[in-house]
Amino acid sequence: MALLGGACLVLALGVCAYGICASIYGVRAHRPEFSESGRRSVYALAGILTVAFLVLELAFLRNDFSFNTVADTSSTTTPTFYRAAAVWSSQEGSLLLWAWLLSLWSSLVLFLTRKRMREVSAYATAILLGFGGFFISLMIFYATPFATTNPAPADGVGLDPLLRHPSMMIHPPMLYSGYTLCIVPLAFGMGALLARKVDAEWIRATRRFAFAAWLFLGVGIMLGARWSYSELGWGGYWGWDAVENASLMPWLTGTAFLHSLMIQEKRGMLKVWNVSLVLATGTLAIMGTFLVRSGVLSSIHAFGGATLGVPFVVLIGVLVIGSIYLVSSRREMLRSEHRLDSLLSRESVFLANNLVLVGLCFVIFWGTYFPLISEALTGHESSVGPPWFDRYTVPLALVLVLLSGIGPVIAWRKATFANARRNFMAPVLAALITLTVLLLAGVSAGKPFAIAMFCCAAFVLGSVGQEYWRGVRVRRAIAGEPVPTALVALVKRNRRRYGGYIVHIGIAVLFVGVAASSSFQHVSELSLSPGQSTKVGAYGVRYVRPIATITSQSDKAHTGATMSLGAVLDVSKAGKHVATLSPSEGFYDSGDPSEGSVSHLIGGQAVSHVSMNSGVTRDVWSAIAPDISTPRLQRIMTIANRTIPYIRPDEGMIALAVLEREYLKAPPPAQFKLIVSPLVLWIWIGGGIVLGGSLIALWPAPSAVRRRVSVRARSRAARDLARA
Amino acid sequence: MNPARKRTVRLVVALSAAVILASALIYTSFSAASPTVTPSQLVREAVPGHAYQLTGKVKPGSVRHEDQTLYFSIQDRAGGAAVPLSYTGEVPGPFREGREVIVTVEKQGTRYVGQQDSLITKCPSKYKETPSQTTSS
Repeated sequence: MALLGGACLVLALGVCAYGICASIYGVRAHRPEFSESGRRSVYALAGILTVAFLVLELAFLRNDFSFNTVADTSSTTTPTFYRAAAVWSSQEGSLLLWAWLLSLWSSLVLFLTRKRMREVSAYATAILLGFGGFFISLMIFYATPFATTNPAPADGVGLDPLLRHPSMMIHPPMLYSGYTLCIVPLAFGMGALLARKVDAEWIRATRRFAFAAWLFLGVGIMLGARWSYSELGWGGYWGWDAVENASLMPWLTGTAFLHSLMIQEKRGMLKVWNVSLVLATGTLAIMGTFLVRSGVLSSIHAFGGATLGVPFVVLIGVLVIGSIYLVSSRREMLRSEHRLDSLLSRESVFLANNLVLVGLCFVIFWGTYFPLISEALTGHESSVGPPWFDRYTVPLALVLVLLSGIGPVIAWRKATFANARRNFMAPVLAALITLTVLLLAGVSAGKPFAIAMFCCAAFVLGSVGQEYWRGVRVRRAIAGEPVPTALVALVKRNRRRYGGYIVHIGIAVLFVGVAASSSFQHVSELSLSPGQSTKVGAYGVRYVRPIATITSQSDKAHTGATMSLGAVLDVSKAGKHVATLSPSEGFYDSGDPSEGSVSHLIGGQAVSHVSMNSGVTRDVWSAIAPDISTPRLQRIMTIANRTIPYIRPDEGMIALAVLEREYLKAPPPAQFKLIVSPLVLWIWIGGGIVLGGSLIALWPAPSAVRRRVSVRARSRAARDLARA
Repeated sequence: MNPARKRTVRLVVALSAAVILASALIYTSFSAASPTVTPSQLVREAVPGHAYQLTGKVKPGSVRHEDQTLYFSIQDRAGGAAVPLSYTGEVPGPFREGREVIVTVEKQGTRYVGQQDSLITKCPSKYKETPSQTTSS
């Protein structure tokens, strides 16, 4: 099987080399049959990499520990779902996933554009295959997923327990889909510049892919945040870490592109800006991949060796230099067809939105790469922390949310005073009412940014709500439809516009959750014994009793923990019961006999299993770190290690049962972290709204389908008439 | 004002604003940054009163709680020099002996004190180096 996988990689590299040559020869020598052959080699690449991926996936599912990557990231005790997803938890497996997804998306876009833009497509094919060839080369020469060990170990190390969370299993494919989809517009943008065909055709052909890249990246970021909040035991969802920032940067430039491309489509403006944004987004996606694999920056995510740094630096260098050369050498063709008519226009607001997004990206880029910059300039590596990021990103985020409310209601070309008054009355009123209510409720104390964000969000809801209301009113006047029918018909007629507005609502809701939860959070960290209580904000929390389970089958979180120790907590408010929480900590087998014949069963990583009560207004979040280092419990382990042989894990489990009983009989004080965060749920709801709006915007409009059908029908009718 | 001149003025204003903002960004990043050091570098280079971002592993057997204060030592990834420090504030859930952490510290006299809420535990999530031996591929 490993041989088949390895052969697939070599064959795939050969296909890439052939496809690049065929595509470029086809377009340069005006031999379309070669360009066509190049395009087909992308389909072949997708097929070959699908086989390679299946070989590796099967190795994981069959516990084939002769594969090094299986032995390093899976084990017989790893639950099946996590075993299937462990493929991409290793460096090698994730590279294969990257290349495979790229080949699939490339095949899709080249299939959809097979009858258009032949020259641009041929160059794009060569570029896409170039990226494919790069990642396949990495797998052949640096980190092969099909390396084997002989004889195979009896069991593997197992998937890192922290990764045993459903959202963490979906998070990498989402992010990689986003990254690889970012490469599609980059390839077509470069193709358009190389072919000197820089009209809006390539943008129309890849617009959906750019949107899909943005959507997948967004979902990946949200899943990562959710995992961090509900699994990592620190109660946060964003830490301005280098790896988090790496995924956010292409998302920001992608957002800017999705707005500015409308100006190019409608008015033929911002061509240089758009193509630069596309190239920057693709390059940032590669930089994100580089950052995760190179270990060049200090991150809270611990990475291994820095073996892949040099090839990535070379690729990024080629991309940056190539992009600058192409844009500057084609600048004459990229001249705008129109000028900005007024600063009070939708074009200006889109431009401002772009500048804010690119500014945000620059701030994050500077802060993320500051350790490298400072070392290069001063010889000493220094880094900036979350307060530095917050200083710049919070005001920029406020402006961004405000602009997302102004954009939908301001007129194209030039807004008049009367027009502005009519369009901004309702949104401004919504913001003022929100401010008044907050001030009357006494929420303002020392949190001006949070208050400003609530008002900006109300402004967005007001402006988008007004747009929907006007659209529905017009439909009712024309077609006499009831409100729900008119609303659905309105969205159906212009999915891109109204889906986009829903995305704006989602972003506003998400930022409300972020502002509230980061500004008005209550945290308590303390040691409690059963029966003791504490206060967190307005909530009382009482440690009722300890809980414990042994054997991976009874692990409540289904992560394969050998032993779990936790607590039952009673949460109350003003004397009334609110919720019962049961946070626990899972202990895992380390597989290291030197720790002791029984101790190794719980000697691996200990992982917090958070318990929380989520509500519309607040989350009560809890995590526990139980203490098993007391002399009484350690004595049990020492005796067990001495008397039970390593080869009798069943007897080891009996010893753990004794430990469990003793722990429950006289539990030592446990360390708790308790958080009451307002409106956290709205972050996830906001993310869901963004997803829903994006899907609506992405879905092809039925009118377009009808138009295509009617054009075909008309031409057929014309032919029939001509014949008659 | 003719349109060409108007555009030039706008461009100059926009570029000036961008330069001012970028300068502020660069200045504050250098003034707010703290040097990243390993325990052995900290022992050699620490100046009292200066903040350093210390990266290393929590030394096994060094962790103890006293009231609200956490005492532990951080040593180089490869072992060797260990820096004992006291810390108050938020302790991330994954904090354990042997885990990699990042914490902002200051030397106060002969002691090292962690800045409140600055402790970050590295997430041991991906791409760990493993001792597997490759025999064929």
